[in-house]
Amino acid sequence: MEYIFHILIIVSIYGILALAQNLVMGQTGLLSAAGAAFYGIGAYGAAILATKFGINIFFSLIFVPILTGMIALVVGTSFARFRDDYFMLATLGFLMIFNTVARNWEEFTGGAYGIAGISKPYIFGFKLETPFSFFFLAFTVFLCILTLHYFISRSSFGRVLNAIREDEDALSIFGYQTSIYKLLAFALGAAFSAFAGVLFASYLTFIDTKLFTVNESILLWAMIILGGIGRNRGALIGALFLITIPEILRFAGFPVELAGLMRQCIYGLLLIFLMLYRPRGILGKYNL
Amino acid sequence: MKYLIETKQLVKHFGGVNAVDHLSIGIQEGQITGLVGPNGSGKTTLINLLSGFFSHDNGEILFSGAGRKKIFPWENQIYDITRTFQQIRLFEQMSVLDNILVILTERHPFLSLFERHTSYHLKQAEDILKRVDLHEKRFDNAFDISYGQRKLLEIARVLAMNTNIILFDEPFAGLFPEIIKKIEAIIKELRKEGKTIILVEHNMTIIRSLCDHLIVLDAGKLLAQGKPEEVLSEKIVLEAYLGE
Repeated sequence: MEYIFHILIIVSIYGILALAQNLVMGQTGLLSAAGAAFYGIGAYGAAILATKFGINIFFSLIFVPILTGMIALVVGTSFARFRDDYFMLATLGFLMIFNTVARNWEEFTGGAYGIAGISKPYIFGFKLETPFSFFFLAFTVFLCILTLHYFISRSSFGRVLNAIREDEDALSIFGYQTSIYKLLAFALGAAFSAFAGVLFASYLTFIDTKLFTVNESILLWAMIILGGIGRNRGALIGALFLITIPEILRFAGFPVELAGLMRQCIYGLLLIFLMLYRPRGILGKYNL
Repeated sequence: MKYLIETKQLVKHFGGVNAVDHLSIGIQEGQITGLVGPNGSGKTTLINLLSGFFSHDNGEILFSGAGRKKIFPWENQIYDITRTFQQIRLFEQMSVLDNILVILTERHPFLSLFERHTSYHLKQAEDILKRVDLHEKRFDNAFDISYGQRKLLEIARVLAMNTNIILFDEPFAGLFPEIIKKIEAIIKELRKEGKTIILVEHNMTIIRSLCDHLIVLDAGKLLAQGKPEEVLSEKIVLEAYLGE
């Protein structure tokens, strides 16, 4: 049973990440590779606050996403002039800078050794140590993000994001300062990713830089492309599918090391297959 | 004479080519001004400059006598301008209705987060779509409707903006006579409402029927201007534009 809850926790965390990526890439059309960086900033933020200052993860769940959102506002402002492929390369550069800083700023991040001993969240003297209790926290945060995402998508703001994805220049003619909308979407996506990072660090109790590489960003891309660009349900199905594949492979009798490699191959094959036969993804309404 | 829109020695070049070359023209309020000229004469470039789509290299653009050094497209709502595009630019993967609703709702990013389209917005959008005969297509995606309907949807977005100055860039190109009549009627209605319209068009019958004033461009320069009938019979215009 613990194993099931472990899977559900990971699915909840990646569900949050997929929703964040969907807001930035699916709805707004920003080809961002920085998802893993903001996920990592969230995780390192919570880990540093917990291990160096003894701050409860519940507080980190409030402060770290706000701080990450603010970092994204600064980074996004400097990326405002980039579009499409150039924006993707700029965000990829940011991810590489984050990784380099995290690997080399040993005093705070533990360098290549990472940060161990991150505490579990506690509330009113009760520590969420078991997968069962942690699942409720992760799932609650996931539901909050899902509700917030739904609220944004249904608002006039959400409709403007869709129009930016379709034709940013044409939209600006109608009186929209599109750069502000893009910046806000980027910052909201970063804050959402940070929620996932805080949960992940606290659940695993150990993080290092290898967890937040470009592979992680590609996985997030794969999730929303597989499920369907621009649709929350699609993003969640993508997350569920890609998280459970390695587990299914393990039950199919593949050794753990081989299952990991097979997972990468299956991700690649799925993406090629989708681009060939269903570029909109399983539930998608939009083309990339 | 007082003009609503005026350009003084306006210049825009792309590399070594002057698309608009020291152009000084005036557009009067409440009139339909036709803009004609051979391909590459700078008509669309001028529309792009007036709507802030391109920034000009030299000269001045004045709106109601006030000069603007730099025009940003998002300021069009403030300056009461809207436009259509020569190559149709819709929000393709959004519904016909959403293409209109996005024009009607809140512009402020923070306020728009807390706004959902109301029944007032919906009625406004549906009325506009009825006016251009697109109401039945309101739930279709923009890329699923026909070429003529796409042109009408561009016109509908202009109606939704409800600005005083409207720049139409070849709104009749490639259309069936029935839709041409529909768009002609809409443009006439807009003139009745007192809108100031600049119309880029190649069809001289339409120009004669709609325009109060005509400006002819050639190689980015002003070739002739005046009443359509008079301008179109000038020898210099016939030679440069009609090849006669």
